[in-house]
Amino acid sequence: MRNTWTICRKELGSYFVSWIAYILLTLFAAAFGFFFWTLLTVFVVEGMEMQMRGQAFPMNLNEQIIRPLLMNVSVIGLFMIPLITMRLFAEEKRNGTIELLATSPVLDLEIILGKWLAALILYSSLLLLTGLNLAFLFKFGHPDWKPLAVAYLGLLLQAGALLAIGTFISTLTRNQIIAGAATFVVCLLLYVFGWVEGFESSTWAHVLAYTSVATHFDSFVRGVIDLKDAVFYLTVIILGLFFTSRSMESLRWRS
Amino acid sequence: MISVKELTKRYARTVAVDQISFEIAKGQIVGFLGPNGAGKTTTMRMLTCFLPPSAGTARVAGFDVLEQPLEVKKRIGYLPESPPIYPEMETAEYLKFVGKLKGLSGSDLQKRVEYACDRCAIADVKKKLLGRLSKGYRQRVGLAQAIIHNPDVLILDEPTAGLDPKQINETRDLIKDLAPDHTIILSTHILPEVEQTCEQVIIINKGKLVATDSVRNLQARARGAESVLLEIAGRDGVLEAPIVQHKLEQVAGVSRVLCKQQVDSRVLIEVESEKGRLVRGDLARAVVQAGWDLNELRPAAMSLEEIFLQLTGSESGEAGKPATKELPR
Repeated sequence: MRNTWTICRKELGSYFVSWIAYILLTLFAAAFGFFFWTLLTVFVVEGMEMQMRGQAFPMNLNEQIIRPLLMNVSVIGLFMIPLITMRLFAEEKRNGTIELLATSPVLDLEIILGKWLAALILYSSLLLLTGLNLAFLFKFGHPDWKPLAVAYLGLLLQAGALLAIGTFISTLTRNQIIAGAATFVVCLLLYVFGWVEGFESSTWAHVLAYTSVATHFDSFVRGVIDLKDAVFYLTVIILGLFFTSRSMESLRWRS
Repeated sequence: MISVKELTKRYARTVAVDQISFEIAKGQIVGFLGPNGAGKTTTMRMLTCFLPPSAGTARVAGFDVLEQPLEVKKRIGYLPESPPIYPEMETAEYLKFVGKLKGLSGSDLQKRVEYACDRCAIADVKKKLLGRLSKGYRQRVGLAQAIIHNPDVLILDEPTAGLDPKQINETRDLIKDLAPDHTIILSTHILPEVEQTCEQVIIINKGKLVATDSVRNLQARARGAESVLLEIAGRDGVLEAPIVQHKLEQVAGVSRVLCKQQVDSRVLIEVESEKGRLVRGDLARAVVQAGWDLNELRPAAMSLEEIFLQLTGSESGEAGKPATKELPR
């Protein structure tokens, strides 16, 4: 556990020293800010139209702003996650520092967990930024915080799963660009697999849709913790990290 | 301290290390010698538990590299061919990180970082980014990283590669300094390095163990009998090697005459003399008196370099075979 934390701290240090973290934070803040601004504008305009027509339609911050906004966050995540994970192992392999880690009295699992945890913490710090915008909603409106918290939990679980996959892919190459590109494609596919259910209703479509990370996010973003979906994400996390450890081991046999 | 038995590493198409066996006692500095691609790095990687062996066993401080890798890793400091540094880290920060990985903590860690910095003369770059350091400093940081947890065994893969002559000397002195407390294996393809720093040599070539002996023994063997190379030419265009050979054999003190090469009227001859006898003058006189030209006369005493070349050179090398036979396996 101590070693995991040592590795995690070192990874976070690398993220924040090498500017990656700041660049990601900036990009994320810009994208999120844009979505927040458009959704909020539409909401305000609609609200004023309602008033002018004298109709009293129910307006709901959670339904009309937070939910679509967080759906968008999970999409922005698809772009952020490859950028976070691509360097995790590829860089160590290129630098030769993997030899240092592998010849230190540390378990492979500790190394992998440390790196994955650092990636998750960086992702969480992106999510933390969204608090700035959402604080305005709480200042001027009364959104319900409970579904919001559940949705964030869902975002973290989804990111954890994709980060685990990205970590695995990073062990396969010493080239960060390849690792990043491959991770992006895999993340994207896992996101859009859910769409097949829209035009196809045979078994394979259901299976494919089940493997989609987006399918399992629906319940969270609606504010419901569904055990099925949580278990799905946890399974993907464990599988991803397990494959990473297998890959690290095979690295030794082959290299 | 280190015991290796029939250690083998096979890849899909090649055998990188082929049934190597050797023992290294505590406190020794051992030179691991071989041309590039001989399997030095692979052997070292197996000793450090980075690569698992395909067959055979290796034990470090009594622990098997396959069965108790964590125990082995705790006792080994390893400097790979290129120092494993993170360019975005500062020197002290990096050493602290490595120290923690190796199981140090608290004031102990602080003390060892100070110690390693002093020992490797990198105290002046503690606050510098590793990526900005010169090659020499990086190498020393690599060395500091290897000794940070005061390991029993130090494994250094070409520790002087890429350094300038001054830095090479400094690094060698540093390694010698470290010797009393650590058992050191260092790989190199530079011979003087072994002659200067090591007590024991292990020579490998193409994955096979060629010789293991102490440096002194190898040098003694080289100096034991004086051997001289002569290039002799006939004045009138013809020169028969057997006649020359016969003539030289009659010089007092000569034990063996070997005709190595004949080109037209020139012959290259190697003469070995008995121990302790200087025969060069007599040889020269004999040649001149016989009416031949003496083009060249030089000592062919085997330096470690020549032994090395003979041992690791192509098998068809003329002089290679006798020397190989003489060396104990």
